[in-house]
This record gives sequence, C-alpha cells and structure tokens, in this order.
Amino acid sequence: MAEAGPQRLPSVTEGSERRWARAVAAIVALVVAVMIYSGLHWTAVAPSRVEAIDAGTLHLGGEFMEANLGTDVLPDRSVVVRVLAQQYTFVPRCIVVPTGTPVTFRVTSPDVVHGFLIAGTNVNSMVVPGYVAEVRTRFDAPGEHVMPCHEYCSVGHEGMWARVRVLDRADFDRLHANQARASCAG
Amino acid sequence: MQGSSKLVLAHFWAAFAALALAIPLGAWQMLVRSPLHRWVDPERYYIAVTAHGSTLAYVFPTLVAMGFGYAVCAVSLGRPMHGLRLAWASLWLVLAGAATALLTVAAGKATVLYTFYPPLLASAWYYLGILTAIGGSWIWVGLMVSHFRRWKRDHPGLPVPLAMFATTAAALLWAWTSLGVGSEIVFLILPNAFGWRDSIDPGLARVLFSWTLHGIVYFWLMPAYIAFYVLLPQAAGGRLYSDRMGRIAFLQLLVFSMPIGLHHLFTDPQVGAGFKFLHAVFTGMVAVPTLLTIFTICASLEIAGRLRGGRGLFGWVAALPWDRPLVLASGLSLLMLGLGGAGGLINMSYAMNATVHNTQFVTAHFHLIFGGAVVIMYFAIAYELWPRLTGRTLPPALMRLQLWTWFAGMLVVTLPWHVVGIMGQPRRMSFYDYSDPALAPQAIWVALSAIGGFVLVFSTLLLVGLLLASHARAASVQPPLLFSLSLDPPRRLPASLNGFGVWMLLVAALTVTNYGFPLAQALSVPRSGVAPSPAGPR
Repeated sequence: MAEAGPQRLPSVTEGSERRWARAVAAIVALVVAVMIYSGLHWTAVAPSRVEAIDAGTLHLGGEFMEANLGTDVLPDRSVVVRVLAQQYTFVPRCIVVPTGTPVTFRVTSPDVVHGFLIAGTNVNSMVVPGYVAEVRTRFDAPGEHVMPCHEYCSVGHEGMWARVRVLDRADFDRLHANQARASCAG
Repeated sequence: MQGSSKLVLAHFWAAFAALALAIPLGAWQMLVRSPLHRWVDPERYYIAVTAHGSTLAYVFPTLVAMGFGYAVCAVSLGRPMHGLRLAWASLWLVLAGAATALLTVAAGKATVLYTFYPPLLASAWYYLGILTAIGGSWIWVGLMVSHFRRWKRDHPGLPVPLAMFATTAAALLWAWTSLGVGSEIVFLILPNAFGWRDSIDPGLARVLFSWTLHGIVYFWLMPAYIAFYVLLPQAAGGRLYSDRMGRIAFLQLLVFSMPIGLHHLFTDPQVGAGFKFLHAVFTGMVAVPTLLTIFTICASLEIAGRLRGGRGLFGWVAALPWDRPLVLASGLSLLMLGLGGAGGLINMSYAMNATVHNTQFVTAHFHLIFGGAVVIMYFAIAYELWPRLTGRTLPPALMRLQLWTWFAGMLVVTLPWHVVGIMGQPRRMSFYDYSDPALAPQAIWVALSAIGGFVLVFSTLLLVGLLLASHARAASVQPPLLFSLSLDPPRRLPASLNGFGVWMLLVAALTVTNYGFPLAQALSVPRSGVAPSPAGPR
C-alpha cells in the first residue's frame, strides 16, 4: 500500500466512527431487548401499585391489624401473606408458605423505610411507610430462607431478620388446615 | 497557572484530607462486620457509615471537580481568571458546610447515613451543613459558566476548548441534579427538623432524592472522563482521535444522566411500573457516551502506541508508556470501569435487579465504579497537576505503587463483595451472624474483602505522604501543563456543539416528561404522610 497516497483524514475517522456508532446502537438495543424479554417472560414486574395507606392508624383496624398478619389461604387455595415491617422486626417473624402455589406478599411499615428480600429467590421490595408493597411469587421447593430487612432503618437495623419456611403443599394443608392464619408455631 | 495555583492546590489538599478521614472509617467498617471481629456497638458503626458516605459523596468528589475545574479554566482558556475571591469564598462554604455536617454526625445526632431517607430525621445542623456545602459548590458552577460565556463573547465564532466545554457541562449537570436533594431538604425535611411540621411523605422524598442520585454519580465521573480526553492522549504521546466526538459524549452525559434516577426505585411501591420502565430504557441510553468514550480513548491510545513503534493488531498496547502515572491509572481505570459496568447492566435491568437490589452487590458495584475507576483518575489528575502547582516533582515509582495498591485493594474489596451480594447479604448492617447456617458460606468472602480495606488505607497514606513530602523539596521550573491536541482540531463548530442553550432546554423537557408525572402522583397521593422518626436526640 506504499504507493497509495495518504487518505483524507476525516474520511478515515468518520468511517470508523460510523461503524462504532452502529455497534453502540446494536449493544444498547440488545440490552433493552433483553430487559423487555426478561420483564415480560417472567412477568418480573417490580412492586408498583402506588397503593397508599395511613401509617398512623393501620394497627387499629383493617387489613394490617395484628390478627390479620401472617399467611392467609384464600378459597382458590392461593396464599396472601400480610407482614408488618417495623423497627426492628417483621411481624410475623417466621412466615410459612406452601410450595407450588401463587403467593402474594403484602407488606407495609408503621414507622420508617424498610425493605425485605428472601434469600435465594427474586423476592425483593422496598417497604415505604404510607404505601403498601405487593410482591407476587411462587416457591418450587420446600426449605427455609432468611428474610432480612435491607434498608437502613436506624440503629437496630442489623437485628431485623425474619425466616420464610416453605412446606410441601400437602404438609402445609395437613398442618394448617384449621388455622385462620398459618404460622410457624402451628 | 493564571494566578489560580494556590486555589487549585487548596482544593486538592482539602479533598485528600477528606479522603484520609473517610477511608480508614470504611476499612474499620469492613473489619468489624466481618467474621474477623466481634460485635461492636451498632450506633458507632452507623455513625462511621454516615461519616464515610457523607464525606465521599458530597465533599471529596465535589472538591476535586471544583479544583480540577479551576485548573482547566486557567490552562485551556489561557488568560487570567476573574472572581478568585468568590472562588475562595465558595471553598470556605464547602468546608464549613462539611465540618458542620460531620461534627453533627460525630456527636451522634445524625445517624441517618448519607441517603438520610425520611421519615428518619437527624438534627437540622446535618442538613444545613450539606445544604451549605452544595450551595458553596454552586458558586463554582456560576464561575465556570461565567468564564465560559466571557471567553465565547471575546472569541466570536471560535470553538471553546474541549476541556472547558466539558467542565462547563459537568458544572451544569451538577447544578441541575443537585436541585432534587436541595428541594427535598428545603421543602420536606427542614420544616420537620425545625419542628414546624410533623408529617413527611417518604415516597415523595425518595422520588426527589432519586433526581439527584444518578446525576451525582456522573458528576463524580466527569473529572475522570475529562482527564481521558484532554490529559491522557498527551501523556501517552499521541493525539485525541476526535474533538467533536468528545463534545457529543459530554453533551449526552449532561442530557441523559439525570432523567433516569427512578432506576434506583425499581422496587419502590410509590412509583408506577410504566415510569420505572421508561427510566430503565433511558438508562440504556446513558451507556452510549461511555461506549463512545471508550472508542475514542482506545483510538487515541492506538495513535500514541503506533507513533511509539508499536506494530500489529495489539502490539501498540505494549508500546504505550505504562510507566507514566496517568497512562497507568487510565488503564487500570478502564479495567475497573469494564467490570463495574457489567455489574451496572444487571442493576439497571428492570427484572434482574430484583435479585440484587439493596444487597452488597450494589455497594460493591458503586465502590468499584466510583471508588475504583473514578477515584484512581482523581489521583492521576493530582499527580499530573502537582508539579505545575507546586514546582515540585513526585517520585514515579512511588506514584505507580500507590496506583497499583489502590487498584489491587479495590478489586480485593469489591469482587468478594459482589459474591456475597448474589448470596443475598443485605447492605448497611453492623453485624451478621455467620454462625447461622444460612449465612455461614458468606463468611470467607467477607473476611477476604476486609483485607482489601487495609490495602486501600495503605494506598491512601502513601498518597498523602507523597504529596506532603513534595512540599519539603526545593522548587524548580516545571514545563507547563498542555492539553491534548486532536487529530482534526475544529476551526468552526455548529452552535449546538459549542454551547448548552438548546441542550439545557432538552434537559428541562426530559425532566418534565420523566419526572413530572411521578412527582405529581407522589404529591397527590392522600394519607401518605408519616410522622418523622428522630435518629438520636434532636
């Protein structure tokens, strides 16, 4: 190529920049496509109901009064778990759920911002006082998971751990058939 | 440097003093929460976390950006600076604000961490300190914009030097993005801290904080990117591949890094799914300026490597002057940026984020990107400026040792940290019970990670020692600081690549489209106010 005269500079730089611009567009499009696919395919939609609740009075009556907390089996055999996250514990601290069943967690806080995750699963949500966080999931295998608070909620945060006990559906039905709210104690 | 040497030097010393305070606190936290140490009083731990985070988020990078901004302004515009008194006043405001906030934290009256999510409430002095520090930095924003405009007025039709163009973009980004946390403090928190009100909406506060939370990260990043474009090609002995591409990258950083903050709230109940998704897509867009930068920087380095005799597909990499601190730091920075960027893709993915949200994966990610890729460039910038500021040279071998130990320490800290995050370890706890079988597998990783913290303390001490020792030597005349020349220096530029008017309009419009509805919704939700919860005595 020694005979070829020097190429005009802008044509060299512009050509390579144009090729890279196409590569960048492809990379970003791929990332967004993966995001859309994973969101739709696993219906992994973040807790986003924007459902408000009065944090000052929720303990006095209604869905989050003490007698209502814990695992509630609905007539269609699906499960709703109502949990209160408060400085520095979850109520209840041990949650029991069956395998192979749609499980809806409904969680709120009477005091400050908390969060919860269930280790080894994709269950993960902030708990913001004034709002109800709702997460839907399904547990495939029996076992026990830790469920820590994952947002700093003042001095004492490090002690805020709960447990989720997943029982085989048959065991769950046998142990908890006659309870209004299933609990680990049963 | 146009009468600004003392000013720039003061900023860098203040920044590194802040760093020297904050890094040992971080190492101590890693140790005491690891299985290598027994339980400590949680309050002390959270005081240390608040001090570490507040210093390294609001004070240290702001001081570096300001100091480097003045240096860029003096060198690239090449004429005496105006408003030096204002600049000193701004520095003192930042320092006074930082001292006020940190003393309040040390007194145990603001144990709220640097994110201070309401309804947790600290003493009003903490917020006033943070607000004063931010206000002080706004004077710097004004000075940068004013120098930019005056130079343009005096040189009609000429392109503003890329270094100054980028610095002004950083200043404007900071001004716009700090409005979120500023209004959160002024309108929501302070009325409660003063006892005038007794109700705060934590959802609204989090939306406002998210306005700041991503833009601030790109503000931290800006000095590193500016160094990639205007210092690195020169230090490597080459040319900047494209001046225009640099301008486009900085404009994209200005436009896209703020209206994406809701990606910090993917698992929040007070924001709807649609706007979370919109912000996720825009987060994909903010990868573009980084990808453009990586291309332009690699191409610039290839020019340098080939000019130095490098041949073949990759031979030019080996031919680069890796013994020069700025080249070495840039190489290590790009490695950490690549690793951290890969983790960032997971965080930004709407669905995958649920696996790692608020676990140690997140803490590991931002320590690798900010503490690693960005801060190592702050060191390299200081090393590059130091001889010009003080007339004293620094020992090259020790500078390289400091950069290598920072890199090694940061990898030892963050790689195991990512692993325990994926195992589900939540962040921000003073104690983990590793005797619990569910947590036991994390113990070895956490112990390993804690060792890295002490490597970083060593590296910090080495940095401060190096710079201190330089003052004891005799001064001599040093070559002036030169910014990189580009392959095709632009003689004329379209107005859109030589100013910010139309781009700031776009920033405002994107803020309205991406934040207007979530803010209006949070403002209008009934019954969502909550009584504040004081952390420590008010």
